[in-house]
Amino acid sequence: MREVHVERITEAVRRLSVEANTRLGDDVVAAFERFREGEQSPTGRDVLAQLLENARIARDEGLPLCQDTGFAVVFVDLGQDVRLVGGDLYEAVNEGVRQGYREGYLRKSIVADPLRRKNTGDNTPAVVHVRLVPGDRVRITFAPKGGGSENMSGIAMLKPADGAEGVKRFVVDRVRQAGPNPCPPTIVGVGIGGTFEIAALLAKRALLRPVGDRNPDPFYADLEEELLAEVNRLGIGPAGLGGTTTSLDVHIEVHPCHIASLPVAVNIQCHSARHKEVEL
Amino acid sequence: MIRLTAPLTDADVERLRAGDRVLLSGFVYTARDAAHARLVELIEKGEPLPFDLSGQIIYFVGPTPAPPGRPIGSAGPTTSYRMDPYSPVLVAHGLKGMIGKGKRSDEVKEALRRHKAVYFGAVGGAAALISKRILSAEIVAYEDLGPEAIRRLEVKDFPAVVVNDAHGGDLYEEGRKRYAREG
Repeated sequence: MREVHVERITEAVRRLSVEANTRLGDDVVAAFERFREGEQSPTGRDVLAQLLENARIARDEGLPLCQDTGFAVVFVDLGQDVRLVGGDLYEAVNEGVRQGYREGYLRKSIVADPLRRKNTGDNTPAVVHVRLVPGDRVRITFAPKGGGSENMSGIAMLKPADGAEGVKRFVVDRVRQAGPNPCPPTIVGVGIGGTFEIAALLAKRALLRPVGDRNPDPFYADLEEELLAEVNRLGIGPAGLGGTTTSLDVHIEVHPCHIASLPVAVNIQCHSARHKEVEL
Repeated sequence: MIRLTAPLTDADVERLRAGDRVLLSGFVYTARDAAHARLVELIEKGEPLPFDLSGQIIYFVGPTPAPPGRPIGSAGPTTSYRMDPYSPVLVAHGLKGMIGKGKRSDEVKEALRRHKAVYFGAVGGAAALISKRILSAEIVAYEDLGPEAIRRLEVKDFPAVVVNDAHGGDLYEEGRKRYAREG
């Protein structure tokens, strides 16, 4: 067993929370540039230029890309040959969030109770998804998620007979109904199969893939490309002001499912598609 | 590009049309969900508001904390539909403009027509860029709400676009139709 002290996890989360919120991924920046060239609306091109300028200012001046610095969603892939020492994993993650959000002047956007709604004041608790994997490493992915795009997500328990067409209809419909609200150009995460909760988690994990990355299964790679073309025919455009760039990419993740079921979940990611990872 | 100074007059509002790009200077007030609920509660009780709404613009924003040496942190718009239940009351009491992102309800659009007011869209997520156009920020009310407190911001060349004008124009509808290629 390899020992890893949980203080290293706190330190990693602290650093990643600031980095993720101030430095947009190169894949997203490249996608802004690529889509700006093809965007047919002058206003749409202007919006994409503002987003490029915004990413530059955030990087150069260490300012958050967006004022909504998100729910701290943390994925931990824990090697089964690792023994965590020195404390509670979840508390170590929360301490990293607490420090990062304070030191990085990030917004505290979490209320302690969904109905009584008092702010916790330090952006904790994080949402932590732990997965046991082979090996003796710990992989931590920090993916702050804004409320505006999260609110436009949805899930449906389709009939198996609805098939790929039914899935496409549901996904395109979600993007159409979301319109300008989730800060387009978006990235659309789609989870197909599994159970109710697995579909939602697949959709969330799909958002961690780089823009331009295709599903390794050619069947789903084709479906991703078809869906991307289709949502970009909706006309919503950058910031929803009209245009041909509504989404930068569609990522699909799938899971085996029950003979009676066809769950499909859509998790929408705004253009501030932030995630950073580290391996300990 | 139209240059506007807030607060706005009726004449300012009437000449604006959906799709107009504006650079806004002057003073605006910030408010989100919780502050809106409190303002409307005061109006319903007939009590005075923490600031006079006449001619003013409310910006739907909850900024990040100001780092040392800056008036404010990143400060892009939040999604506006959450303020839809409150906005018609504020517009009826003199509010002339709102800045946010995303669609508004029919009730809000009707209030804009009836009382001559306008809804501007700012680019959601362009929060670092917008922060540079904010010269000063002071808390006016509800400090207990943290990022949701009401602040008075002095802005210079704040970039926005007219989404819903006082004549029924709706850029989200018109823009989408212009570029839609649905089979």
